[in-house]
Amino acid sequence: MSGVKERVIEIIAEQAVLEPSDVSLDLSLADLGVDSMGLVEAIFSIEESFDIQVPFNANEPEKSDFDVSSVATVVATVEKLVAEQAG
Amino acid sequence: MRRVVITGSGTINPLGHSVPETYEAMREGRCGIGELDIRDVERLSIRIGGQVKGYNPDQRFNRQQQALYDRFTQFTLIAAEEAIAQSGLEFSGHVAAESGVVLGTSGGGLNTQDENYRAVYEEGKNRVHPFIVPKLMNNSAASHVSMNYNLKGPSFTVATACASSNHAMGQAFWLIRSGAATAIVTGGSESMLCFGGVKAWEGLRVMSRDACRPFSANRNGMVQGEGAGIFVFEDFEHAKARGAGILAEVVGFSMTSDAADIVMPSQQGATRAISGALKDARIGAEKVGYINAHGTGTAANDKTECAAVSKVFGHHADEVMISSTKSMHGHLIGGTGAVELLACLMALNDGIIAPTIGYEEPDPECSLDVVPNEAREAQVSHVLSNAFAFGGQNAVLALKTL
Repeated sequence: MSGVKERVIEIIAEQAVLEPSDVSLDLSLADLGVDSMGLVEAIFSIEESFDIQVPFNANEPEKSDFDVSSVATVVATVEKLVAEQAG
Repeated sequence: MRRVVITGSGTINPLGHSVPETYEAMREGRCGIGELDIRDVERLSIRIGGQVKGYNPDQRFNRQQQALYDRFTQFTLIAAEEAIAQSGLEFSGHVAAESGVVLGTSGGGLNTQDENYRAVYEEGKNRVHPFIVPKLMNNSAASHVSMNYNLKGPSFTVATACASSNHAMGQAFWLIRSGAATAIVTGGSESMLCFGGVKAWEGLRVMSRDACRPFSANRNGMVQGEGAGIFVFEDFEHAKARGAGILAEVVGFSMTSDAADIVMPSQQGATRAISGALKDARIGAEKVGYINAHGTGTAANDKTECAAVSKVFGHHADEVMISSTKSMHGHLIGGTGAVELLACLMALNDGIIAPTIGYEEPDPECSLDVVPNEAREAQVSHVLSNAFAFGGQNAVLALKTL
């Protein structure tokens, strides 16, 4: 699944106001300074970029399958959603 | 300073087309939220809302009126008719000159905008009906009330998102208290349940897909509603002199701003608004028996609101009842405080506290008496109504029995 990781990192970097090269996979979005509004905007960009639906309710983030505990988990979740929703 | 009383009330909302119907639904803890019946609902991910059911505009308004009245104006006029009839006021001579209309709305004629953008953008039409501007403007409802009832004093519309109605009723209170008006028709109206209105809210990811469960640990967001609540606020001496029936006295009002975040509520801003209303009313917190909560059912609002109430009320926080009727009628955004004021009037006049329905699991961060699931009989003499808006604009009203 080429390109997903790079694009997700670009989107997160834009929200964090960082260069993509400064976004390491082990950091959480909170570590990168992305707040709840930044997260909702990042999810919107991900949905638009990959033409997918991301199930995420800001009232119960822990219940959604969208795992934001690190950049790596976000990338993995998006890769899974892209594979599931392809076509 | 003049004393201000409420001499009329009217409504149309998801629980009923009148005040008595709404009280009955609140007493019974009925839910007015259900599947949305709107155009293109299949393209929405949020498909529930508190719609006004069984409403046919053709039975209330003729074709010429409908060309000028957006749905939010229609709701306003229906509720105003009930409120003004109950007040028994007739607006002529100096009373007309000293009376006005102050209403809250957030979206105004959003249905009209939605329908006409659809016509020009989606359907490619190059022409819209000539009255779209006067139909969609946010002050149109206030203007039509003024025109229909000959109210010639101060009239305007307040837009502070979810606090619009409370801000409007606060202005009405001040206008009469200061002597600038004899009577004000006030409250608010909202009708955002159209494709564009719901689609915009979906984007924030704070909406529930199944129910509004304020204060319950398993709450998962807000549900939108629609409708109007309209009241007649009047100078007490004027009401007394004409022998009017009095529903309650408005005794305090406070507005604060969080000056912090465009969507996340601040406990401090809410605390200052609640304590400000008590101070303005010159009452101690221990007098208050019931609070109609803002209680949106979002993670953020409910815990912030409970913390603010606990802070202001101290030990008395364990005794005060606080319920969110949004669990039954949904969040009427700019009209919500007005419909919720009915729960305050029911508490003061009928001794019945409207419940927070859909309550399933206690939340340690919301450990107040939220009157879960069933209405309760209780005599209360003083009540508060909270509204905390997106944008950090807060407005709290204090009412008492006369």
